[in-house]
Amino acid sequence: MLRIGCPWCGEREEIEFSYGGQAHLAYPQDPHALTDEQWAQYLFMRDNPKGLLRERWVHSHGCRRWFNVERHTVTHEITAIYKPGEPPPARRA
Amino acid sequence: MSGAFRIPGAGHIDRAQPLAFRFNSKSLQGCAGDTLASALLANGVHLVARSFKYHRPRGMFTAGNEEPNAIVQLERGPHTEPNLRATEIELYAGLVAASVNCFPSVDFDLGVLNRLASAILVAGFYNKTFMWPKSFWKKFYEPVLRNASGLGVAPDAPDPDIYDRLHWHCDVLVVGAGPAGLSAALEVARQGLRTVLIDEAPEPGGTLLQRPAQIGGIAGAAWAARAAAELDGLANVLVLRRTSVFGYYDHNYLMALERRTDHLGPGRAPGIARKRLWHFRAARVILATGAHERPIVFGNNDLPGIMLANAACTYATRYGVALGRRGVAFVNNDHGYALALDTQAAAGNLSLIVDARPAADPELARRAAGAGVRALQGHVIARALGGKRVRGVDIRTCAGTNAGRVECDHLLISGGISPAVHLFSQAPGTLRYDARLACFLPDRASQAVEVAGALNARLQLASALADGKAAAARTLAALGRAPAALATSAALTASSAASAGFVPPATVAATAAGTPAPGPVPDELHIEPLWSVQSLLGRKLPGKHFIDLQNDVTESDIRLAAREGFRSVEHAKRYTTTGMATDQGKTSNVTGLAILAEALGKTIPEVGTTTFRPPFTPVTFGALAGRDRGTLSDPVRITPMHAWHAANGAVFEDVGQWKRPWYFPLPGEDMQAAVARETRALRTTAGVMDATTLGKIDIRGADAAEFLNRVYTNAWTKLAVGSCRYGLMCKPDGMMMDDGVTARLAPDRFLMTTTTGNAARVLDWLEEWLQTEWPGLKVYCTSVTEQWSTVAIVGPNSRKILQALAPDMDLSNAAFPFMTFREGEVAGLRARVFRISFSGELSYEVNVPSWHGLALWQAVIDAGKAHGLTPYGTETMHVARAEKGYIIIGQETDATVTPQDLGLAWAVSTQKDFIGKRSFARVDTRRTDRKQLVGLLPRDKSFVAAEGSHLVASPARAVFDPASGSPSIGHITSSYFSPNLGSGFALALIANGRALRGQTVYCVRDAGPQPMTVGDPVFFDPEGKRRDGID
Repeated sequence: MLRIGCPWCGEREEIEFSYGGQAHLAYPQDPHALTDEQWAQYLFMRDNPKGLLRERWVHSHGCRRWFNVERHTVTHEITAIYKPGEPPPARRA
Repeated sequence: MSGAFRIPGAGHIDRAQPLAFRFNSKSLQGCAGDTLASALLANGVHLVARSFKYHRPRGMFTAGNEEPNAIVQLERGPHTEPNLRATEIELYAGLVAASVNCFPSVDFDLGVLNRLASAILVAGFYNKTFMWPKSFWKKFYEPVLRNASGLGVAPDAPDPDIYDRLHWHCDVLVVGAGPAGLSAALEVARQGLRTVLIDEAPEPGGTLLQRPAQIGGIAGAAWAARAAAELDGLANVLVLRRTSVFGYYDHNYLMALERRTDHLGPGRAPGIARKRLWHFRAARVILATGAHERPIVFGNNDLPGIMLANAACTYATRYGVALGRRGVAFVNNDHGYALALDTQAAAGNLSLIVDARPAADPELARRAAGAGVRALQGHVIARALGGKRVRGVDIRTCAGTNAGRVECDHLLISGGISPAVHLFSQAPGTLRYDARLACFLPDRASQAVEVAGALNARLQLASALADGKAAAARTLAALGRAPAALATSAALTASSAASAGFVPPATVAATAAGTPAPGPVPDELHIEPLWSVQSLLGRKLPGKHFIDLQNDVTESDIRLAAREGFRSVEHAKRYTTTGMATDQGKTSNVTGLAILAEALGKTIPEVGTTTFRPPFTPVTFGALAGRDRGTLSDPVRITPMHAWHAANGAVFEDVGQWKRPWYFPLPGEDMQAAVARETRALRTTAGVMDATTLGKIDIRGADAAEFLNRVYTNAWTKLAVGSCRYGLMCKPDGMMMDDGVTARLAPDRFLMTTTTGNAARVLDWLEEWLQTEWPGLKVYCTSVTEQWSTVAIVGPNSRKILQALAPDMDLSNAAFPFMTFREGEVAGLRARVFRISFSGELSYEVNVPSWHGLALWQAVIDAGKAHGLTPYGTETMHVARAEKGYIIIGQETDATVTPQDLGLAWAVSTQKDFIGKRSFARVDTRRTDRKQLVGLLPRDKSFVAAEGSHLVASPARAVFDPASGSPSIGHITSSYFSPNLGSGFALALIANGRALRGQTVYCVRDAGPQPMTVGDPVFFDPEGKRRDGID
């Protein structure tokens, strides 16, 4: 079970949170301007790295607010946590 | 004296406290401090079990958690527990245990007949046999196999014990209280850190209690006791005894099971939780989990009396038990050689050491000669002889020449060590194969963890103690508590490695200045890998050559798997079941993969290990459940009217966590009769339903209408205050997510209703879009489900009933039309009344603050008496809504269904954009052969199809034919009997279904296909005349 630092509530157990998948996939400005391929890319295709992944979490059983987490998918080490709208921190070497 | 095989003066047992116990109905005696295994051995009892597949006689093989053979059933009645290792059960007065997997007794077992069939019980036998004839499976094979499988019986009464859980945060968690763990714990505890030390044994000490040892001039056991006393006396330290860490999870989250009362016997500690499940969150972890010894595979290596060398040494040293009168040891390394000599020192019953190597360590050889033990170098044991006990061994030279037969009544084996890497590997850490020591060792960690002691290949006492200190020093440095003695370089190494997420323990250990890493010499095993005597000699030898004793997997099973093409160790494991028993292959995994590597012509690192997964040792379900049993297992949600429903005989249905009345049977009525009566009332007079559980979300803010426009498929900006609208919600992929009626309370305020089961999900969904995509919208969402009680008054007489309760409210169709709401007084309560309908009837849903729910319900019941008002439950609601073709999310939809598929295109705007709209232009959603919602009427009116049934185009297609693919053209989503139609009826999703109207399809079922006619999904009042009532 992960230990996640909610930007508003602090460190909490993973059971208080829900997972929201890959982060920084903005809803397209005008979906109707996209080709089927581009729309399918938005709908279905996600990164699946063996390494760092930026993803969304929501503190469902706390403040109910969304935020972003950068997590290593093998070690589960959390390398960054930042609020929606904030730019992701620079990747560590 | 407890037992003929007790060694006078030896062991850490209390001879002054004899304990009587029963094993297989025989009365025996042991001592306080014994395990069941040591007490049995003290009485000369070696045969304690029958093996899983071949029912071969088996005895104790180890003295610890790795035991594969000595599985017993402990106690009787509700306290009985199967699958316990005799080597771990602490003896108490009156203990009752029995062998498992044998009939009628362990001494005379009919299951040995399996041995006659051993030719077909080979690797993967369950995939190869019992296949034909097909009809035999259900009636013959399965019952016989079910009876034959398993290790004991489950209790047939509820568990009378209580179980607890505890969460604990600490700076340092030390797993294992052997020499390395104790010395590490002392170091960190003395720095004032919040420390936890855990060991599965009743007392800390580990191998210090199992072998003769001296530390600083005192006996190892005394040193351990002194260390434990010091730790117990520190306020910042928690020492847990009889506690097994079984799982190492993410972010240094570890779980352990503490056995608090098992050593006292069942029912002897009333009020105390029997087991406690510990949840740890540790800043740093030190693993000092030790090592298991490994066997060597030779003929009949499973006979009772054959035991790992460290187990023999433990029985002699710790429990003062000799395994017999005349022992032989078979080793290929110095560690095992030394253990054999230590055993001899305590028990004095060893006559011969058979060593596969040309020479042993000269110092050990001198010790052997001094102890009067003959050593045969360059020899192996080809086969053990005996029936229910080993009585001799056949010896050969390593060249294969016969070297005679030696009589013995027990045999010690040591094929090397397997460090207990399980927890480290779970962490997850990677392993490396050390060719010098012929074992897998921890390599790269991915969490804040150090390893120490035998787990880290420090086998000698001095180096284990030093390694524990070194691990503690690295831990302290990482926590910023570097003691003065610690050089900066070590701190730097540790912290830089930690910040990269990887801490290679072996490397760090080697560079930790101030604590010189022990040189290679003291830890040298001088092992010459010997996995199987057959493969060493290059010839087949008589007898069965076991690798996995608990699952009865032999060397030839592994070789068969390799011949049949199993290349991956994970596949070979599952095919042969090596390491898949309850011992999880603690003594067999490495041997199995080494033999697989040899059979495949690969190296051991190339083959690699299987994945280690929790739990390390079995965990009682009761402990996992803790207090969350019965009514505490899941929250129950009830409405304010629940007491009335219960008092009036409602049968309840679980909808999510809610208890909803399913139907209200009158005396003598079954469900069918009750639902028929309720449905008739609804359509002819009036019905009343508790609709409180429907999800309700208050949506407020200047942009509320715009927000609904984006999340619902239809338009909302022009909805007048006081009006309601049915809305559909889709996911971006265009698939249906939820539906419900939403009312506009004010220009900037809406009340949204959701399906009962989806309420939380819809609120989360709204929040997600507001927070992550449209943070600029001024909208606030609040769940008000529990703040309002809802009473639905439904049917032709509903207006009269409501009028009686709300005399001031104008209920005429003109003043209060369909899909509007009014605020006013109902039964003297401030209420919101919605004129909406989920049944096609004239209907009013009255909402009052929830604490008035019961009062309103009672008032409605009283007012309805004169008008035939009948309370109804969810089943009648379903029949009525299905008759009208109204969908239920999750029943007619399954995340592959669009609004258009359901015939709801009328509720999908073509003007504005909304979540999911783009997807309706995708090729897949425009297909004409998508499954569409239709109604079905059976030719046989009494037929009510099972929901989920498949539909086919012709009776001939009701049989599956692989050549022509799936014959299914769709499935039934809802199915009921309608008293109003006098017939069964169903809703179904059928490919291109709307084009099939008037045609016959066939419902597939065991009793043969049933013809049904495709039609419109609206079965009742298609013109919708009834919703306005009779004015």
